[in-house]
Order: sequence, then structure tokens, then C-alpha cells
Amino acid sequence: MSKRIIAWIAASLVIAGILSLFASSHPDGFEKAGEETGYIEHASTLLPAPMPDYSLPGIDSWISSSISGLAGVLITFAVFVFFGKRLGRKTR
Amino acid sequence: MHIPDGILDPKVWVTAAAVSGIVLARSVRYSKHKLEHRTVPMMGAMAAFIFAAQMINFPLLGAAASGHLIGAALSAILFGFWPSTLIMSTVVIIQAVVFQDGGITALGANILNMAIVAPAAAVLMHKLLQKLSLPAVVSAVVSGWVSVIAVAVVGALLLALSGVVPLELALGTLLFWHAFIGIGEAVITAVVLPFALRSSFTLSNNKEMLL
Repeated sequence: MSKRIIAWIAASLVIAGILSLFASSHPDGFEKAGEETGYIEHASTLLPAPMPDYSLPGIDSWISSSISGLAGVLITFAVFVFFGKRLGRKTR
Repeated sequence: MHIPDGILDPKVWVTAAAVSGIVLARSVRYSKHKLEHRTVPMMGAMAAFIFAAQMINFPLLGAAASGHLIGAALSAILFGFWPSTLIMSTVVIIQAVVFQDGGITALGANILNMAIVAPAAAVLMHKLLQKLSLPAVVSAVVSGWVSVIAVAVVGALLLALSGVVPLELALGTLLFWHAFIGIGEAVITAVVLPFALRSSFTLSNNKEMLL
């Protein structure tokens, strides 16, 4: 893997693993608008996820969200490359 | 703009999922012909970066609300419309399945919004501004902002069609907040783009890919 790819993954890990701990915990624009107009009350959860709301269930600490962020970056890269290599055209 | 389960009416989310399915099928067919193997890791790195950047909620005007990057303008300007639908879909699907960010029944609608409408709006705006030969930074800023506005408009339509909120109210409220969130998108897109281009995160056949 080239150096520039590693550099981008490293930067992404820092953002998702550390910087994300300082992110605003206020509702985002969609949730805020939903609170103001009422539609957010209908929200429900159908499928339990392994790391709901970017945290590890049962671990109540910053480490929980930090690990979720790191895992998300690696999963995203791995999934894209896995499928991309199968979809893409072999050239040069 | 991650719509959870329970809000959209079944006929709305089924239709949205069908439309997204048709577009993504085209994206896949397109990438089989055009996408080169060696470009896959850089697109994967951009997907990972967008996932990370979406975790950073920035506060809005001291209000009790926040916003975060979508990243569609960034990936669409770099890689073109079709590849960016695959990059953004990967992010949106992982967010829903692994992190419960966005619903499962709403997945098609969220893909339609953030992985199809947002990059489409960004690419159209970017092409238009390139024709006017404006500086790249202006194009990045405007395309980023417009992509978020487009998402807010389509999101409001989906909500109104679901009958959970009247259209005018949905448009007014979502556009109000997303006009500010769009500024964040615009700034981040303009700041990150030069770094990505310096890493040659773009496609040799980008001109063609933008179509």
C-alpha cells in the first residue's frame, strides 16, 4: 500500500479515534428540525447494531467511542477495497 | 441527515430504495467498465476519511444544534459522480448496519440523499462553475454548500410525502439549519480538496467520470 494511502488512513484514525471525542453532542440539523416540527417522535430502531451510536455496549467511557471510531475507519476502508477490487477493471 | 426508522412511510422508503437500487446498479455497471484497480485503495481511503469526518459534529451559532460533513461534494469533485455514489453508499451502509446511524428501512432514502442527490448536485454545480472558469476554491465552496441544500430539499420532500410534517414547514426548518451546516461543508470541502489533489486522489479519466 502506498505511503499516501497510509497517511490518509492514519489521519482518518486520528479524526475518528481522538478528534471525535471533542465533537458537539447537540442534535444535528435533521434531529433539531425534527424536534421543532415533531417528526422525530416517530423515530424507532428496528435492527440492533453492534456499536449503536458509535459506542461499545456496556462500556461507559471515552474509550468506547474512540474504539468505535477506529473500527469504523478500518471497516469502511476494508469493505470498499474488498468490493472495489471485485468490481473494478484490471488494467496496467 | 441520517433518517432513522419509523419516520418515513413504507411507500416512500420502498420507492426511495428502488430508485437508489437502480442508480447503484448503474454505478456498479459503470465501475466494471471504467474503474481501474489501482484507483480502488485511494477511493477506499477517501471513504474512510469521510466516515471519520462525519463523526465530527460542529456546533451551530451557539444554538443547541450541530452539523457534520456529508463529504459528497469532496468525493464527487475528486472522483466524479458514479464512483462517488459507491464511496458514499459504503459509508452510509456501514453507518446504518454497524453504528445504528440511520435506519435500515430508511437506508434507501439515506443513500438517495447522501450518496446520489448530494454528489449529483455537487457535480452539476462544479461543472457549471468550471465553465465560468472561476477559481477552484470558489467551485469547491459553492458545490459543497449546494450539495447540502439539495439534501435538505429532498429530505423535506420525503418527510412531507410520508405525511409526518407539512412540506412548507419541513422545507423551512430543514433549509434553515442546513444553510448553516452547508457553510461547514463548504469550508471543509475547500480545505481538504487541495490535500487530496496533492495526494493525486483523482482519476486520470476524471473529465469523463464527471459525466
